[in-house]
Amino acid sequence: MVVPKDLKYTPTHEWIRIEGDRATVGITDFAVAELADLAFLELPARGAVVERGERFGEIESVKTVADLIAPLSGEVLEVNGAVSENLDLLSDSPYGDGWLIRIRMRDPSEVESLLGAEAYERELEHKGA
Amino acid sequence: MTMLLTALHPAHEEAGAQLVDFHGWRMPLRYRTIADEHHQVRRSAGIFDLCHMARIEIDGADSGGWVDHLITNDLGAIAVGQARYSLITNERGGIIDDIVVYRLPRSLFIIANAANRTRVIRWFEDHKGTRRAAMRDRTMELSMLAIQGPLSAEILGPHLRCDPPLDSLKYYRAASGTLFGVEVLVARTGYTGEVGYEVFPPADQALTIWRSVLQDGRIAPIGLGARDTLRLEAGMPLYGNDIDEQTNPLEAGLEFAVKLEKEAAFVGRDALRRIAAEGPSRRRVGLRILGPKVARHGMSILDGDRVVGRVTSGAPSPTLGYPIAMGYVDAGSTGGRLDVEIRGTRVPAEEVPLPFYSRTRRSSGRTRRS
Repeated sequence: MVVPKDLKYTPTHEWIRIEGDRATVGITDFAVAELADLAFLELPARGAVVERGERFGEIESVKTVADLIAPLSGEVLEVNGAVSENLDLLSDSPYGDGWLIRIRMRDPSEVESLLGAEAYERELEHKGA
Repeated sequence: MTMLLTALHPAHEEAGAQLVDFHGWRMPLRYRTIADEHHQVRRSAGIFDLCHMARIEIDGADSGGWVDHLITNDLGAIAVGQARYSLITNERGGIIDDIVVYRLPRSLFIIANAANRTRVIRWFEDHKGTRRAAMRDRTMELSMLAIQGPLSAEILGPHLRCDPPLDSLKYYRAASGTLFGVEVLVARTGYTGEVGYEVFPPADQALTIWRSVLQDGRIAPIGLGARDTLRLEAGMPLYGNDIDEQTNPLEAGLEFAVKLEKEAAFVGRDALRRIAAEGPSRRRVGLRILGPKVARHGMSILDGDRVVGRVTSGAPSPTLGYPIAMGYVDAGSTGGRLDVEIRGTRVPAEEVPLPFYSRTRRSSGRTRRS
């Protein structure tokens, strides 16, 4: 399982790239592999407000649907339109072209509650990944 | 509870299939992605392990009367070498199982759902009376494989000898023959909406046949995940989802398999005659979901503010590129534009005729963009 060192993570398999007060959010290689058969993706609109710990969208595979959980609170500045049209971007490049939303963080101290790469890897080990 | 393993289990493990527990059997859900396997069957060919299905043989002097008394279709109209889809119904006309019945030279052969194997056997035994007949559960000694897809005849042809020959075996006909030298029953039946065959080798030969078929690079193994999306596109009901003992064949749109006027009185006939006379209170429909969400079993179907029905099966359609669903709506509902409640959101849908996909009718379906 690929777990880039420079990113932050959540136990619900979102990754976060922090740049100043901006955060780019996506889902990890592990999450994509678990879902396997990606079918549809629902993302919020630009300008929407997301709240840490709450659902900001969903991803549907043939057999199941999974909520996307916001790792941080803030305003959605950008939504990746390309990935909704082409879910292969998500399977091929979950940390790159498969990014999902970019937000302006409302409360940068929330970053402290995110997992580092090693902590996330330990989470995956517990799952037997 | 330990799961039963099919004769093909070693092959599934070798292939790295994702295995799931399915009605007492450990079965392959998928080997690659469900969408890839689905497209494989529509475009080329796939081979399915169907050993979990029940294989029951009935013979004896009174076997015909026994079976005809318990199935909705007319056994008398099934000639040797023919097969027919049928329902087994209870006294209220509720569906105990959907089956395929084959008339073989010396016996009747029934394929029932894995979920209902015990129930069907018990039902037959309870209704045997003093008839001179015997029922044998051959599920363990025979295996069952399906080869489905436009190239299936081309792939099997060189290796399958049967009488009549494979290229003249008509739909819902069965023949005995040999496949890679192994004696098999072969039938032109299937659950995918493509041309295909179901073969029944002895269980101890199944693995050899599986591996031999897969020598041909044009065919690949297909799991239960794609089996479900294929049959859904073909508008075929799945027992437990779309039909159950609280559903009658008439509301399920399966009246083609119900012969109310056949000579043999069958269990459920009187109830079904009443339902036919009054008209069923609900009807099975196909829905195209007009939004990027998948409707699934149990979700409500609304017409304006009224709940008019429920979804019984749903999935993204790999071939058509949009989510599709089957369900039931009140008979009085005029269909057209409806809504489905999907996880708290009202999603527009429209009723569309079944099947969603037909290989003979090139419909408006488009393939997925990505």
